[in-house]
Amino acid sequence: MSHLPALVDGFLTTLALVALSFTGAFALGLVVVVLRVGPLRVLRFAGTAYVEAFQNVPLLVWLVLFVFGLPEVGVRFPLFATAVVVISLYEAAYVAEALRSGVNTVAHGQGEAARALGLTFGQSLRHVVVPQAARRVVQPLGNIGIALTMNTSLAAVAGVVELTASANRVNLVEALPIPLFVGAGLCYALLAAGIGGLAGVLERRLAT
Amino acid sequence: MFDPPGPRGRRRSRIATTAVVLVALALVAIAVRRFDAAGQLDPAKWRPFLTWPVWRYLLTGLGATALAAGAVFLLASVAGLGLAFGRMSRFSWPFRAYIEVVRTIPVLLLIYVVLFVLPGYGLDLPLFWKLVLPLAVSHAAQFAEVFRAGVLAVDRGQAEAGASLGLTSAQTMRHVVLPQAVRHVLPSLVSQTVGLVKDTALGYVVSYLELLQSGRVLANFTHLLIQTFLVVALVYLVVNGSLSKLARHLEARSARSAR
Repeated sequence: MSHLPALVDGFLTTLALVALSFTGAFALGLVVVVLRVGPLRVLRFAGTAYVEAFQNVPLLVWLVLFVFGLPEVGVRFPLFATAVVVISLYEAAYVAEALRSGVNTVAHGQGEAARALGLTFGQSLRHVVVPQAARRVVQPLGNIGIALTMNTSLAAVAGVVELTASANRVNLVEALPIPLFVGAGLCYALLAAGIGGLAGVLERRLAT
Repeated sequence: MFDPPGPRGRRRSRIATTAVVLVALALVAIAVRRFDAAGQLDPAKWRPFLTWPVWRYLLTGLGATALAAGAVFLLASVAGLGLAFGRMSRFSWPFRAYIEVVRTIPVLLLIYVVLFVLPGYGLDLPLFWKLVLPLAVSHAAQFAEVFRAGVLAVDRGQAEAGASLGLTSAQTMRHVVLPQAVRHVLPSLVSQTVGLVKDTALGYVVSYLELLQSGRVLANFTHLLIQTFLVVALVYLVVNGSLSKLARHLEARSARSAR
């Protein structure tokens, strides 16, 4: 019981990792998807290269590269900030893909109709495509949020003491594996259920 | 959503393209200078990666990655098939519960359980299985969803047609639904495999000598940390990039033949 504060700290760290990384991933994913559907070929190429690089190389490799590699070229950031940046960069590729397939499910004719009405590319995106795509994108984004929550545990490997790491540390002292690991699992399930619920609410809100 | 650009549009996009390329070059230059200032561009630090022993070591690691991924693939697809059919049966709740629960538990937590909890109960698995077992447990749930989506994607009329021909439901499944489901499943199965290969990097945690762990051992030995992990990342990029490309190709083909 004396270790409860350590576990709560771990849980809060996980919570902060999830919230900050998801915000970062969403913002960055938005930029990447605009690059990928936009008219400039260089930018389309850059967007595609970004998605390929981050979807095909394990998150753990990126974490190791950033956490242990950057100091070798003289770039030093706090550990937690590095973890947030890496997870954001990694999940942004998935966010971009989800947003892109959301844009693609809006019938092609809709975009063309907007263009035929004389709206510019930016205007047709903003007034015609995005409002329709937003609703269809909520569930996939929720799933990415859940996957991101699971992935934050990898920060433990790089040394961030989040939920998984603190459960493991307390277990090394107290040797109560079952309550500790089941408890940690429950916390993750709770977080995932929360994200799923949030996505459901948001979807209904946008359905009007 | 954009017209073929006119003369002004072309000029504008040329300017924008140049600007983007310049910014990108500037970023690369900054990175290169950083590397240079830290002495990481020294040819002596890169030359080892042109020698066979280093590559032999890394490729052995890649082989171990493939072995682990193959084992996880086999176990997860067998278990996933069982789970998918269980979930579509009348007695579906335990299978559903398994799929939902596993989806919300990090693989790392499962690995910690295998590493630190099971030995306390007298179950100390070999290293290979310490990696493969948790991954299989986790990916089985994902494979189950892929298989289920594949079966559900087959038009209902197909099963009804099978039944009206007098086939039993098992026969319908085997001869009518499954052969068609495979076509829907194949692309997602391949992209699932990309995720699986990426997860084998957790060998780093259990110290099973797959690609990333091999890279770590090599980096400790040569003190070439950045170089080694960049090469490792490149190998992952090539392997998984090819798999992703295959998945896209299969998807395009099945989309074409469905029409």
